[in-house]
Amino acid sequence: MTLLQVENLSVSFSTPEGSVKAVSGLSYSVEKGATLGIVGESGSGKSQSVFAILGLLASNAHVSGSIKFNGRELIGLSEQELNRIRSKEIGIIFQDPMTSLNPFMRVSDQLSEVLMHHKGMSKKDALNEAIRMLDAVRIPQARERVNMYPHEFSGGMRQRVMIAMSLLCNPQMLIADEPTTALDVTVQAQIMHLLRELQRELSISIVLITHDLGIVAGACDHTMIMYGGRMMEYGSTLDIFKMPSHPYTQGLLKAIPRPDDESDELYSIPGNPPNLLNPPTGCPFAERCCEASEQCEARAPALEALSGSRLRACYKPWTPPHRKEPPAAGARLELEAGVRGDVL
Amino acid sequence: MLSFIIRRLLVAIPTLLILVTISFTLMHAAPGGPFTNERKVPEAVMKNIEAKYHLDQPLWKQYLYYLGDLVQGDLGPSFKYKDHTVNELISSSFPRSAYIGVLSFVIVVLLGVGIGVVAALNHNRWPDYAGMTFAMSGVMLPNFVLAPLCVMIFAVYLKWLPAGGWEGGRIEYLILPIVAMATSYVAQVARITRGSMIETLNSTFIQRARAKGLPRTHIILRHALKPAMIPVISYLGPAFVGIVTGSVVVDKVFSTGGIGQHFVNGAINRDYSLILGVTILVGALTIFFNALVDILYTVLDPRIRY
Repeated sequence: MTLLQVENLSVSFSTPEGSVKAVSGLSYSVEKGATLGIVGESGSGKSQSVFAILGLLASNAHVSGSIKFNGRELIGLSEQELNRIRSKEIGIIFQDPMTSLNPFMRVSDQLSEVLMHHKGMSKKDALNEAIRMLDAVRIPQARERVNMYPHEFSGGMRQRVMIAMSLLCNPQMLIADEPTTALDVTVQAQIMHLLRELQRELSISIVLITHDLGIVAGACDHTMIMYGGRMMEYGSTLDIFKMPSHPYTQGLLKAIPRPDDESDELYSIPGNPPNLLNPPTGCPFAERCCEASEQCEARAPALEALSGSRLRACYKPWTPPHRKEPPAAGARLELEAGVRGDVL
Repeated sequence: MLSFIIRRLLVAIPTLLILVTISFTLMHAAPGGPFTNERKVPEAVMKNIEAKYHLDQPLWKQYLYYLGDLVQGDLGPSFKYKDHTVNELISSSFPRSAYIGVLSFVIVVLLGVGIGVVAALNHNRWPDYAGMTFAMSGVMLPNFVLAPLCVMIFAVYLKWLPAGGWEGGRIEYLILPIVAMATSYVAQVARITRGSMIETLNSTFIQRARAKGLPRTHIILRHALKPAMIPVISYLGPAFVGIVTGSVVVDKVFSTGGIGQHFVNGAINRDYSLILGVTILVGALTIFFNALVDILYTVLDPRIRY
């Protein structure tokens, strides 16, 4: 069953310099209980595209398109109506646990106010429920720690508090906007592990935004690659990793450093992301794509369906490898060699 | 916390001593004295007077005499108001100034914070422009212009309120002094509150609180007000001292008999003991209220611990 249906979503910001188009014509859907990874570099519009769901965009934003949650249109809802969805039906956690909690309030108050407001609980019940939730996100000695202030928690613990806060009202969906970006690698792993466990326990849908492909690989059923505010590629995570079809995805995968690589240099995609104040008329990636043709610069390629649920926005012809099985070690090297040739 | 308070009080003693020493030295370094008159006084008379006030003694002895009296809480006899001690002068005038001051302070806090918050919540809309126009005028208009203006309009032309006097602190006698006293402070507090509130509302944790689906009023009152008050408290501590110790202009224009007049009279008359007395009073109050502000910080911001 489809929980979230986004169609032709566009987000632009009016600035003194002109209109900045952060998201252009984005469409995707999330099934109940599924996890969607949205991958892209800074400024690719991935955060803005999910902020639009909860109406959390800055006041100079213009949104068009349609966002349906459980069949209900979210675009155009008033603040009051959105407040009944925020946290209650869709929870959200952010990339900056250090600054996301109010440093002037006890954690207990910040957690229980959500329950008191959305569920009309008494202060005492709300506190008990908050403690139970802190337990659920594996915060040790939750009963004592709930009375502490955010600065008495470490970064990873604060992100656990944020996760607990976002799940208090049993939402059907959790948006995780780069939840591990600000954390140590070991803590990253713990938080991702926790999210996966909670998803299993609570059977919620997760939209996971990240620029870390490694996180997507371990956590997401489907993956969407964004660039310059547009969808470049979409498909099951396995397909995306094993058979990337878009030159940008191929470049991203190649940029992952490998310990077995003998070369001293790290690969990076040449060039910089496009300026969204004056976005290119053609494919946003054309400028950095070594396979771009005149056609790419003239008009952005439309999304086309490849095999199964896969989508891709590229003019370059693509034939999937014949194998259905994940390629064996030897074949993988072959595949990589192919990718290398494609990108360079 | 308790040790912090004790430490702050102990530090106050040397601070006050330095204050007294510097004031004492500067005062005596200035040419002239309390009994220098245009009309020559016979030398024998002058000698008698000087002997009475220890002025014939070397300066360090005078200083020690003064300190000796001071530790007993005696600020000495006034040099000018012959029948009064400085303690009497202060205890008769300071309560009046403090009375006007405390009432003014309440208005400063309520009105200043109120205007500032309303302006911040309506950033770049008409309530903001209206509030800030008032605040700018309040800051620009000095009280030596505002006070006579108030007298002219409300006492002389409209005859609504008395032009001055005390009359046991009846409310109609207080209104104009309070207006003259409070206006510029209200304006300052409004400006500080507005700036600080706008900054707080733009901070990450307020944006994040929106994502929790809490109503706007709840976010403003429970999440934003406390952090936004910190710069305001920093300003209000020293401002409170300024407000309760009165103002020369307000005391002169409205003849309230407050302590503000003694600052100027004391200096003009070279009334040594009076100058030192009011200096010590203001100094002690300043030290006390700065310490109070520091303690308030810990109440407001859990990250601050001493």
